Order: sequence, then C-alpha cells, then structure tokens
Amino acid sequence: MWRNTRSGWGLVSIALHWLSALAIVGLFALGWWMTDLGYYDEWYNLAPWWHRSVGVLLLVATLLRVIWRLMLPAPVARGPRLERIAAHIGHIGLYVLMLVALVSGYLISTADGRGIDVFGWFQAPAFISDLPNQATLAGTIHWYSALALIILAGGHTLAALKHHLVDRNDVLLRMIDPTRSRRG
Amino acid sequence: MFKKTVIAATLAVASVPLTQAQAADYTIDTEGQHAFVQFKISHLGYSYILGSFENFSGDFSYDPEDLDATSVNVEVDVASLNSNHAERDKHILSDDFLDAGEYPTATFASTGFESNGDDEGVLTGDLTLHGETVEIEMPVTLVGEGEDPWGGYRAGFEGSTMLTLADFGIDMGDFPEMMHELELYVTFEGVRQ
Repeated sequence: MWRNTRSGWGLVSIALHWLSALAIVGLFALGWWMTDLGYYDEWYNLAPWWHRSVGVLLLVATLLRVIWRLMLPAPVARGPRLERIAAHIGHIGLYVLMLVALVSGYLISTADGRGIDVFGWFQAPAFISDLPNQATLAGTIHWYSALALIILAGGHTLAALKHHLVDRNDVLLRMIDPTRSRRG
Repeated sequence: MFKKTVIAATLAVASVPLTQAQAADYTIDTEGQHAFVQFKISHLGYSYILGSFENFSGDFSYDPEDLDATSVNVEVDVASLNSNHAERDKHILSDDFLDAGEYPTATFASTGFESNGDDEGVLTGDLTLHGETVEIEMPVTLVGEGEDPWGGYRAGFEGSTMLTLADFGIDMGDFPEMMHELELYVTFEGVRQ
C-alpha cells in the first residue's frame, strides 16, 4: 500500500507525484505572473515569498522522492521497446529538470548568503553563495529549466493519456490507485 | 640635413625620460582596493539604497604643475554591482534597468578638467552606461597625495555627481520622481607608475 512494487505505485510515490505536479504547475504560473508585477503591486513582495516557500518545500520533497524512487522497485513499463526507452529517458529528464529548476531557484535567493524564509516557519540556509554573477546566472538557468520542465511535463501528460485512452493499459490508473501495488 | 636629423633624434631621446618623469601617470589601486564606485538612490522617498560596483579598473594622469592635462579613464564591470541583496542586484542588472547582459561594461573617459584651485576642480567626460554615452561633469577633490609606507607614491581623489537615469535610456517611469536620478560617488587612490 505504501511501498512501490512491480505491479503498482505505493501511496508515498502517488502522493509525491500529484503534489509535485500541482506545485510545479502552480510555481510555473506564479513565477510567470509575478515577474511581470509592477513595483507598486500589492503582490510584488508576497508572490515571490509564496514562490520561494513552496519551492523550498518542493525541493526537499523532490530529494526525498528521488531517494524513495531509487530505494524501491518501479512498476513494470508497458508498451513496445522504443516507447519504454523513450519513457525512461523522459522520466529521467523530468527528475533532472525538476532538480535543476529547484536548485537554480534556490541559488538566486541565496546568492548573497542569506537564507530563504519558508512561510515564516524556518529559514532554509544558504549553502552556496557569492559565485560570480550568481543571482543572474541562476535566474537564467531557472527560467529555461522551468520552461523545459513544463513542456516535458506536458508531453508526460499526453503520454499518460495515450496509455489510458489509446493503449487502454493500467499506466495512468496505477499512479492513481495505490491498491494496485498489492496485486501480484 | 643629417645634422638636423641627429639633433632632432638627440632631442627626442633626451626628452623621453623627461616627459615620463613629468607625466604623472597613476594606476587606480584596485589591487589593494583603495577605490570605490558607489551609488545612492532614493527608495520611494523614504530612505536610500546604497550599492557599489566591485570590479573596475582605471588609470589617470595628474600633475599638480599641469592640471589642464589631467585625465581619467575608468572601466566598470556592471555585473559586479552589489547592493547587499542578491535578488535586488539581479533585478537592477536585468533589462528592467542596467541590462548588464547587453551592456556589460560602463566606462568613463575624461575630456577636460578645470581647476578651481585649492585642490578642487570639475572633471568633464563621457560616461557610457546602458549603451548610452552622456557627457557629465563631476566636481572632484584631491584628498591627498604623498609617499606610501611601501615605497610607492599615491594620490587620491573623491568626486560625486547626480545622474538622471533617463539620460542613459533607463526608464524609471514606474517610480516616483525622486528615484529618477541617483548620486554617483567615486573615490580612489592611484599608485604612480
């Protein structure tokens, strides 16, 4: 139920997957919107505060998610060999882009050595700071990796729908229903 | 003809060490970092934002006997801006303001100097910032000069001037009137070459 098996995803992976999906789409939309806010907009400081706070939490969740994914087996891939290889590369790409986007975002705000306030609960410490032009370079990487992530996530969504609607297999359902992990 | 050439050559050779001794050329001491390029701009009219450019280089000629020949050249790495807040620095360096990606270097090249006596004068020159070159005037003061403890000879100055950002193609229209200009403050020591 909690753990992944060869037949399905456990509840931990399912919850992390959908929370990440929600957070990623939300962060992308929020980031897009907030970077165009005028200086006098009442969201000018508040929107980045939300963006940073959610981003730090998602970074922690993603690191745990990668560890959990590497520790446990993954459900068997479906479809022809080429599709399975493409899916595998695509999934690695999603993980890499998530980490690059999250870490680069973190490096913007910590570029001068100050930590990131997370919802006023705690400060995420700055580990790497004062690299040459760090905030601007990290900002450029943040934007392009986030854009690539959203595009790849769009492809990921279409692929999942294809599995469900065209191939009519259980690939999408087993990311929704944790009880499938118990079926042998 | 031959004689004239010899005389001219002798004069030329003889005058080389002389002019070198007279033309007091200094390199701005960025090695020991006795040099600062800072700015001060209002924040909403409630306080000031202070910042500085950390990486720059330059040289100047200064001869108390020939002040008209005073000249200064400074080149600033715009991306080295630091206002003690990385996110603000990133914003100032973005294309909203300085656009350091497109215009990575700011330069100042003096075109004239007018002494007011008493170690003071007004430096005129071309300031290039954000790709726009504008002639500015900067009142400057000789802070002091003399031998340093390490065998060199130093002269140091300070100067400041107000810059209207619109002159440099930087749009401050979204901000209140008092944020449309900033004070540029420069102080440096040069080591005589």
